[in-house]
Amino acid sequence: MADVKLRGLRKSFGAVDVIKGVDIDIADGEFVVFVGPSGCGKSTLLRMIAGLEDITGGTLEIDGVVVNDKQPKDRGIAMVFQSYAIFPHMTVRENVAFGLTINGLAKAEKDAKVAEAARILQMEHLLDRRPSQLSGGQRQRVAIGRAIVRDPKVFLFDEPLSNLDAALRMDMRMEIGKLHQSLDATMVYVTHDQVEAMTLADKIVVLRDGLVMQIGAPMELYHNPANLFVAGFLGAPSMNFITVDVQAIEGDLARVSHPALEPIAVAHKGRDIRAGGKAVLGVRPQYLAPVEGPAGMLHGTVALTERLGSETVVDVTLRDGSKIIAAIGEDRVYPTGAGIGLRFDPAQAHLFAVD
Amino acid sequence: MATKLTQSNGAGWAFALPGFGLMVVFIILPFFFAFALSFTNQRLISPNPTAYVGAANYRQLLGVGTITLDPLRDDAGAVQRAADGSPAYPRLREFTRANPDYPQLDGMREWFSFGRGESRTFVLARDVVFMKAIVNTVIFVLVVAPLQGALALGLALLINQRLRGINLFRAIYFMPVVVSIVVVSLLWRFIYSADGGLLNNMLTGLSFGLFTPVDWLGTPSTALGSIIAMSIWQAVGFHMVIWLSGLQTISPTLYEAASIEGATKWQTFRYVTWPGLRNTAVLVLIVITMQAFALFAQIDVMTKGGPLDSTQTIVFQAVDRGYGKQDISGGSAISVILFCIVLTISLIQRYLTRERT
Ligand SMILES: Nc1ncnc2c1ncn2[C@@H]1O[C@H](COP(=O)(O)OP(=O)(O)OP(=O)(O)O)[C@@H](O)[C@H]1O
Ligand SMILES: [Mg+2]
Repeated sequence: MADVKLRGLRKSFGAVDVIKGVDIDIADGEFVVFVGPSGCGKSTLLRMIAGLEDITGGTLEIDGVVVNDKQPKDRGIAMVFQSYAIFPHMTVRENVAFGLTINGLAKAEKDAKVAEAARILQMEHLLDRRPSQLSGGQRQRVAIGRAIVRDPKVFLFDEPLSNLDAALRMDMRMEIGKLHQSLDATMVYVTHDQVEAMTLADKIVVLRDGLVMQIGAPMELYHNPANLFVAGFLGAPSMNFITVDVQAIEGDLARVSHPALEPIAVAHKGRDIRAGGKAVLGVRPQYLAPVEGPAGMLHGTVALTERLGSETVVDVTLRDGSKIIAAIGEDRVYPTGAGIGLRFDPAQAHLFAVD
Repeated sequence: MATKLTQSNGAGWAFALPGFGLMVVFIILPFFFAFALSFTNQRLISPNPTAYVGAANYRQLLGVGTITLDPLRDDAGAVQRAADGSPAYPRLREFTRANPDYPQLDGMREWFSFGRGESRTFVLARDVVFMKAIVNTVIFVLVVAPLQGALALGLALLINQRLRGINLFRAIYFMPVVVSIVVVSLLWRFIYSADGGLLNNMLTGLSFGLFTPVDWLGTPSTALGSIIAMSIWQAVGFHMVIWLSGLQTISPTLYEAASIEGATKWQTFRYVTWPGLRNTAVLVLIVITMQAFALFAQIDVMTKGGPLDSTQTIVFQAVDRGYGKQDISGGSAISVILFCIVLTISLIQRYLTRERT
C-alpha cells in the first residue's frame, strides 16, 4: 500500500502538449477516480503513473520514491485495461498466474495465490477455461485477478467496465467497490461514467484538456463545483445555466435578474462577479420544483415531457427563448405548450463568472 | 425473382469465365493430364502410338533393392584386397545384368553402400539420378524451411519497430524478392565464381590471403550448400513481410500488460509474440516448404544439376526428363510423385500445428 504524488506532471507527444502540469496527492488506501471528457488526457495520465508513457516533466512519487525513470515492473503497480489484455492462448489460471510464473515463483505458492484471487473474485469454476470461452465480465474478472495476485502497491484501472453492458457494469462496479474495501489498496480509476465516479471514488479528479479542474470528494464536487466546467460535467441531466445580469453585490450575496426570473440573491463565493456585469446562474434540474399558477421564480412554457416513472423530465422554454430542464420527482403529465412556473432555493443555486 | 437471380448469376459467371477458363486450361487440366500421362509411354514427339503401361514409370523411378555381398576370398580363404587395402567384392553387374537368380535387381545400379563387419550391403536403385534428386530436394527443404523461417522472423522482429528510417530497411530486405529469381541466380553465379568471384575475394581479403579460393558451384560438396544459402537470401524478405503482418495483429496492450508484469524480452516473445504468431507460423512453414520442393530455376541457371548430380532436384528432373529427354510420361510421373510428397507433408504439418483445445 502506498501513496502517490503527482507534482507538476507534464506530457507532450512531439509538439502536442497533452498533460499540462498536473498536481495530485493520492493518499494510501484511497480510491481516486479521474474523470473528464474524451481526449482530456485521463488515460495518458494513468499510463504515465504505470510507466507505459515517458514523463516529459514534473515528478511522480510512489510510496515516497521518485519513480519517473523506473520500469513499470519496478513501480509496484498493477493495471487493468479496458480491452482486458488477457493472453488468449492461456487458460484463466495461467493468465492470473502470469506475473508469478515469469518471476519464477514455486508452484505451491502460485497455486495458493491464484486460488485466493479466484475466491475473492468468485471465479474458481472458470480457472481451466480459455479466454474465448468467457463473457466480457468474466474476462475483466480475470484481468483483475491477474492484478490482485501481484499484490501491488497501487491498482490502476483504465475504463475497466466500458466494454460491458449496463447491467453487468453495475454488478462489476459494486464488485470493484467491495474489492477496494477488502484489499484496502490504493486505486486509481479512469472512467467517463459519472455514476462510476460518484459511487466508487473517495476523491474525484476532474480533468479537462490536460489540466485539473477540481479535486474533491464526490459530494463536494456535486454540491460545490469550483467552476462552470465541473458544474456542467457532473450530474445528470446536467446543470441548467442561465446568463443573468448582476444588479448589486450585497456582502456575500449577489442580486441577479433575468427576463424570466424574479430577482434573487445568490452567494457569489468571491468569484469575479461585478454589479452591472453578467454572470451565469446554475441550478440543477432536480432542484427545480413546479408551482401552480403564475407564481414561482422562473417562468416559461413546457416544450417536451419525458416520463421515466420515478421522475418526469420537463424541457422548459423560458420567456426569453432559452431552454432549461427540470427533473421532477413524481410522475405527472405537463401538457406541451402550457405555461409553467418553477421554484428553487437560491441557496442551492450557483453563480459563476462568465467564461 | 428467380429469373433475376439466374440472370445476375449468369453475368457473374460470364465475368468469372476468363479467369476461371485460364485456371482450368493451365492448372486443372494439366494436373489431370500429368496424372493420366504418367501411366503411359507418351513421348514429346514420337511416331509410335501412346500405350498404357501401368505403373511401369513409377517402378522405373522408384525401384530400389539391396544386396549384401561377402568379400572375395582367395583359395586359402583370405580376403582379397584392392590396391588401397579395402576388401574386394564381386562385381555388382553380375547380379544386376540378366542374372536369373536376382530378377528384382535387373537393370539397377549402385546408389550407395555401407559395410557391416566384412560383408557390405549395397543399396541399388533403378534410377540413381532420381534418387539423388529426391535426397537433395529433401535436404534443401529440411535446411531452408527452418533457417529461412527463423531468419525471416528475426528480421521481422527487428524491423517491427518505430525507428527513423525503418522503411528503408524494410525495402532493402524485400528487394531480392522483387527481382526475378533468374536474374538473382545469374548474379550469384558471379558471386560464387571460382576465379575472381565476390565471395572468394571477400574471404581471401578477410583472412589476409590464407583462404584458398573454392569453386563453389563446381565442387560436389559445396554446390548444394551454395544454392541453399542463395535461396534463403532471396526469399527471406517475402516471409519477413508475412511475419510482419502477423506481428502487427498482436494487440499492443498485451505487450503493455506483459511489461507491467515484468516480463523480460525473451519472456515477452515466448508468452506473447510467439503464441500470437501461431497461424502465421503455419502459413510461413507451409509456403516455404512448397516453394522449396519446387526448387528449379536456381538449379537450371546455376548448375544444371551438376557437378556429379550433386544438385539434382525433383522438379529439375521432371523438366529435364519431360523436355530434355522428351520423356513426357517419365516427367509426368515425377510431377505426380512430387505432388504426393508435398500433399503428405502439408497434411502432416497441418496435423502437427493444429489448434489444440
Ligand atoms: N501516442 C500518442 N501520440 C500523439 N497523441 C496522443 C498519443 N496518445 C494520446 N494522444 C493524444 O492525447 C490526448 C489525450 O489522450 P488520452 O488517451 O489520454 O485521452 P482520454 O482522456 O483517455 O480519452 P478517452 O476518454 O477517449 O479514453 C488526445 O488528444 C490524444 O489524441
Ligand atoms: Mg482513455
